[in-house]
Amino acid sequence: MNNAQQSSAKDFLKRLSENSGVSGYEESLTPLVQAEFHPLADAVYTDALGNIYAHKKGTIGRYKIMLAAHMDEIGLMVKGIEQSGFIRFTTVGGVDQRTLLSQEVIIHGRKPVLGVIGSIPPHLLSDNGEKAVKIDEMGIDVGLPYDKIREVIQVGDIITLRRQCIEMLNQLVAGKSFDDRAGVVVMKICLEELQKIQHAHDVIAVTTTQEELGYRGAITSSYTLNPDLGIAIDVTHALTPDTKGQVDVELGKGPAVAIGPNFHPLVYEELLKSAREWRVPYQIHPVPGRSGTDAWAIQVTQAGVPTGLVSIPLRYMHTTVETIDMRDIVHTGKLLAYFIAGLPEDLEGKICY
Amino acid sequence: MLLKTLTQLNGTSGAEQEIRKILTEQLKPYVNSIHTDKIGNLIVHKNSLTVGPKVMIAAHMDEVALMITAITSEGFLKFKPVGGIDSRILVSKPVQINALLGVIGAKAIHLQKPKEREQALKIEQLYIDIGATAKEEAEKHVKIGDYAYFYTETEPLGEGYWKGKAFDDRVGCTLLTELLKKDYPLNLIGAFTVQEEVGLRGATIAAYHVQPDLAIILEGTVSAHMMEVEEGAWVTEPGKGPALSIMDRATLYQPKLLQQVIELAEKNGIPYQFRKGHSGGNDAGSIHLSREGIPTLAISVPCRYIHSTASVMAEADLQNALALVDAILKSIPNEFKF
Repeated sequence: MNNAQQSSAKDFLKRLSENSGVSGYEESLTPLVQAEFHPLADAVYTDALGNIYAHKKGTIGRYKIMLAAHMDEIGLMVKGIEQSGFIRFTTVGGVDQRTLLSQEVIIHGRKPVLGVIGSIPPHLLSDNGEKAVKIDEMGIDVGLPYDKIREVIQVGDIITLRRQCIEMLNQLVAGKSFDDRAGVVVMKICLEELQKIQHAHDVIAVTTTQEELGYRGAITSSYTLNPDLGIAIDVTHALTPDTKGQVDVELGKGPAVAIGPNFHPLVYEELLKSAREWRVPYQIHPVPGRSGTDAWAIQVTQAGVPTGLVSIPLRYMHTTVETIDMRDIVHTGKLLAYFIAGLPEDLEGKICY
Repeated sequence: MLLKTLTQLNGTSGAEQEIRKILTEQLKPYVNSIHTDKIGNLIVHKNSLTVGPKVMIAAHMDEVALMITAITSEGFLKFKPVGGIDSRILVSKPVQINALLGVIGAKAIHLQKPKEREQALKIEQLYIDIGATAKEEAEKHVKIGDYAYFYTETEPLGEGYWKGKAFDDRVGCTLLTELLKKDYPLNLIGAFTVQEEVGLRGATIAAYHVQPDLAIILEGTVSAHMMEVEEGAWVTEPGKGPALSIMDRATLYQPKLLQQVIELAEKNGIPYQFRKGHSGGNDAGSIHLSREGIPTLAISVPCRYIHSTASVMAEADLQNALALVDAILKSIPNEFKF
């Protein structure tokens, strides 16, 4: 493995992860993503929903391959400000209330404000701490009196959890919103690889918005592009001690290639073929119905799009310590590049049922 | 900044060596002698040749943490708490173990049944992930009995507040260090104690061999001043001055001592509050019962979310606690009677 490539991928992942972009509020990520894709694409542009397109032309350019990875993260939103100075909040996307106590947050008011989600001191616990604390019972402490809070924070302000990425053994990294900024890093690696390999078809890597609230960015961007083939890149649950029997994909064993009704059988077969040919480790990821990813939206765009899904294994999804193996990210990017380069010139003929 | 330096060190009950080392470095130029006793307390003598009453000020060095109790065959670490930790605050946090960082994750919300979301995760269900692929690999970096600490930076919050870990009781260590750097015409002994969080163990030993005539305990104490808690249950409120203990689970504080502290605070215009809650306890619990009994006071800095990865305290309370103890020490032995 190319260490320089992996370390630049890790650097990009960290910058994406430590930045903020809750669904619908992704614009703070736009300059970062654009700058990174600009040297790798012929054109980089955005649309009305904030999706970012990086268009790299192929040698023939008759067909369009769409890649999609979402940049939005789950988060919180200010619901009320108490006279006592505590801030009430609600959720944006699938936030587990059990992951919130004693977290540090940034409230994106007129200026960023650091806060702490309070927890009851153990000396005063009455219920032995058996019940999860409900979000309605939590308040954010910003160390400011009510009047000062009102000057900078208002109802509707977005809140992100604050977490710096940490590095663990075996090139594992942990942090927030790797779901799905790891997918954005994968697209960058794919485009890097395609600088070195000839590919016939145009590739449009789309960094999508609002996936966590129902793949809304993917709905509009795939309509705009009407691609001949679409691949979503997302994360998938990796096995942990508390998910035995529920999860089979493992960290560090390569990209998980999805099979099921959401995916075109030939896309699946070709991905596996490329993996075997180029000796990229991979895992099979059976998805019997709704995939819960951008692929679900892309497949039913316009007159229909042959779609695939490649996922990066990830532990503790939707926590601030999502854990990922950098090697899986690099392998996923490479697999996509080999797959794209290996597609026949007559793509339409090949993907007909 | 001393509070930041001390709170970012790691030292739980029975493993206070890092704190001892830095405190020794800090205090060496200012004091007459420093030694470590048999249980690990750092005993600091200042003006120890002066005749007159012996005053001991105590602050505990240990913080709550997690002890590694097992390593699974897949290389995950199981743990138990050292001191009182609500397991609900551990989920979705990084921790430090030796030179490593690890995380306490949780099963993703997507994989939970709706009922699971209402139940708190118990400490037995949690584990630390350091990225090891097997037990053998984890064992190269972590031993059973090692400790995992909260990984939090101490930094300013809002206006005049600090956010960080281990304010209980590095805030007391900070105050005591500042006091020992000053000069009082007194036989003053600083006792940086060990093992408070597991039952006031170090203080018991320190009080016995120091044999003070008066003891003052400096603490970071509970504040339940939070959104969903009624005012009557707040115990203390950050920003309203150092908290004077009247009664807790371990000690009834002498009214005549308290009255003198109140008078001193009022005379000097130092804000103060009472610690209004009878739960919890501190080193006073063992010190006041030492030998024939020792007159004992406890003065605390209120901390919201104590024993968590991110506590909050007011800088003004720290400064006012310092001013109050300074006023007490200046009034001994002539004015302040015990």
